Amino acid sequence: MSTASTSLPSGPARAGTGPLLEVQDLRVRFRTGSGLVNAVNGVSYTVSEGETLAILGESGSGKSVSAQAIMGILDMPPAEITSGRIVFEGRDLLTVPAEEQRKVRGPGISMIFQDALSSLNPVYSVGFQIGEMFRAHRGMSRKDAKKRAVELMDRVRIPAAAQRVNDYPHQFSGGMRQRVMIAMAIALDPRVLIADEPTTALDVTVQAQVMDLLKDLQRDTGMGLVLITHDLGVVNEVADNVAVMYAGRIVERGTVDDVFSNPAHPYTEGLMSSIPQVEAKGGRLLPIGGQPPNLAHIPSGCPFHPRCPKRRIGADALPGRHCAEDVPPLRLVVPGREAACHYSEEVLGV
Amino acid sequence: MGRYVARRLLLTIPVLFGASFLIFAMVYALPGDPIRALGGDRPLAPAVVAQLRQEFNLNDPLGIQYLKYLGDLAQGDLGTDFRGRPVLDTISQRLPVTIKLTVVAILIEAVIGIIAGVLAGIRRNSFFDNVVLVSTTLVVSIPILVLAFIAQFTFGLKLGLFPISGVQEGWYSFLLPGFVLASGSLAYVARLTRTSVAENMRADYVRTARAKGLPNRTVVVRHTLRNSLIPVVTFVGADIGTLLGGAIVTESVFNLPGIGRAIFDAVRAQEGAVVVGIVTLMVFFFIFFNLVVDVLYAVLDPRIRYE
Repeated sequence: MSTASTSLPSGPARAGTGPLLEVQDLRVRFRTGSGLVNAVNGVSYTVSEGETLAILGESGSGKSVSAQAIMGILDMPPAEITSGRIVFEGRDLLTVPAEEQRKVRGPGISMIFQDALSSLNPVYSVGFQIGEMFRAHRGMSRKDAKKRAVELMDRVRIPAAAQRVNDYPHQFSGGMRQRVMIAMAIALDPRVLIADEPTTALDVTVQAQVMDLLKDLQRDTGMGLVLITHDLGVVNEVADNVAVMYAGRIVERGTVDDVFSNPAHPYTEGLMSSIPQVEAKGGRLLPIGGQPPNLAHIPSGCPFHPRCPKRRIGADALPGRHCAEDVPPLRLVVPGREAACHYSEEVLGV
Repeated sequence: MGRYVARRLLLTIPVLFGASFLIFAMVYALPGDPIRALGGDRPLAPAVVAQLRQEFNLNDPLGIQYLKYLGDLAQGDLGTDFRGRPVLDTISQRLPVTIKLTVVAILIEAVIGIIAGVLAGIRRNSFFDNVVLVSTTLVVSIPILVLAFIAQFTFGLKLGLFPISGVQEGWYSFLLPGFVLASGSLAYVARLTRTSVAENMRADYVRTARAKGLPNRTVVVRHTLRNSLIPVVTFVGADIGTLLGGAIVTESVFNLPGIGRAIFDAVRAQEGAVVVGIVTLMVFFFIFFNLVVDVLYAVLDPRIRYE
C-alpha cells in the first residue's frame, strides 16, 4: 500500500457495511451555580468500520463532552443528557443498564485522553494498568494480564517492553506515555476508538509518530476512529470525514478534502483562513473576530451570527432565514456535504 | 533507600543531644529548690540537703551537670529521681500504659476518621457529609481538657458506661481516654480524607478508569481510595509520635499512670533526670515515626524516591 493512499483515503468510499456507532440528536447540559450550560445541542453523526471521523472545534464547542457522553463517563450530576440516542451494535447505550454500558467500555468503544500523565494513575505500573483491561473484562489472572500487557506495549512500539512493563507512568516520556494509553485503549480490540486530542500535549515530531501509530492500528483492526481535535493539520493528514462543531452543534460535515478545499459554512471558512500560510510569510494571521459563545447564553438564531462576516439580518435576510432569529438546521447543501447555514450556497459559491 | 534510612538515623543523634540539653537547661532554669521541696512542711536538716545536692550534682554549673549526666548515660545509667528510684524503672513501668493509650487512640483516629472521611468525600454535600463537617468543626474547637472532663462526666459518671479513672479494667479502661486523646486528630483525619477523596474523584486517571470499563468498586477502591489515602496514612503515622508525647492532659484527667503523668509530676518536682530521660525518649519516638512515615510514603507513592 502506498503512502499516498493510506494517508489520504478518499472519504466515505472506505466506509464498511453500515455504521458501527450512530449518535442521534445528542443533547447534554450542565447544571452549574450560574445556571444551565448547554454544552451539546443536538449532535448526530455516524462512524463506520475503518473510518476516521474528525470532530473539529475550538474549546467549549462540545466535542469532548459529546465523546464523554458516548463513553458514559460524564459526571452526572452536574451533567445531564436531555435527549438523544447512542446506537452501538444495535443497542441504544443511553437506555441499557449501567452494568451493560460498562461492559461496552473497553471491548466495544474505548477512549484515549489528551494528557497521558494525568490520565494514568501515578501509583500503579503501566503493565498493571494495561493488564487491568484483561482482568476486568476477561477475568484473566494478574500474571497472564501482565504478559498480555507486554505484547500490547510491543504492539504500540514501546522499546524494551518486557523491561519497562513494571515502570511507572512518570518514568516514561510524553510520547511513550501516550503509547501506553493507546495500548490500554486497544487492548480488547475495540470496534470504535475515541481519541480526545491525543497529540495536543506532545511536541510536533512525537505527534506525527503517535498519529502514524493510530492509523496503522486502525488499518490492522478496521476499527472506527473518532478523532477529537482542534488541530486542522492533524485532520487534514489522517481523517476521512470531518464534522465541524460550534456552540455544541455540528455546523458542517463532509469529506476532509471537500470541506477543507471549499467550506460551506462561514465558521469553517474562518478556521481555514486562520491557518498560517507558508507563502504568506510575514503577513498577518486572519483570526475570526469576536469571542466564542458563552454556552450559558447561546445567541439566538444561528449561534455564529454575532461573529459571522456573511450574516444577513434585518432587511437583508430572506424570509425564514433571518440569521439572528432563525436557527439554521444542518441540511444537505450539495451531495456529500451538510452545513448549518442559511446561506451555504453563497458561501460555497454554487 | 537503605542509605537514606541510615543517614536519617545518624541525624537523630545530634537532635537527641540538642533536645536533651535544652530540656536539661530548662529544668535547671526553673525557680525554686527541688531538694527543699522534698521535705514539704518539715524542712530537711541542712546536712541532708547538702548531701543530696552533692549527690545529684546540683552545686555544679549547668554545663558540668549535663556532662556528668551524659557520662552516666554512656554507661547505661539514666540516673534516679530524688528518692533514689531509677529513671529506667519509671519508664519501663509507665511506658506500657502510654503505648496502650496511643494504640487505642490511633486505631480510633484511623478507623473512624478514614471511614467518615471516605463516605463524606464520595458523597459530597450529602447529609452525611454535612454531619461530618459540623461534628469535626465542633470537636476541633473544644480544647482537649474540656473535652476530657465532659467525656468523663457524661460517659463515665452519669451514664456509667466507662471507668472514670485508672487502668483496672484492662483495655476497656483505655477506650474513653483513647477517644478523647484521638478526638482532635480524628477530626483532622476525617477532613483530610474527605478532601483527598473528593479531589481524587475528579482526577483524570479516575475518568480513565471509568473509560476502561472497570467495575465501579474497582474504580473507587483501587483508583480513588489508594491515591487518596497516601496523605492520610502519612499523617496518622506521624501522629503516633505526637500522641505518645501528647498524652499529658488525658493521662492526668483519667488518672492513667503513663509517661505523660510521670513527666507532669517530674516537672513539678523539678526532677531533672526524670524529665530529661522521658522527654528525650519522646523526641526519639517522634523522630522515629517520622522516619517510618517518610519510608512509607516512598512505598505508597512510586514517584517519591530518596537517594
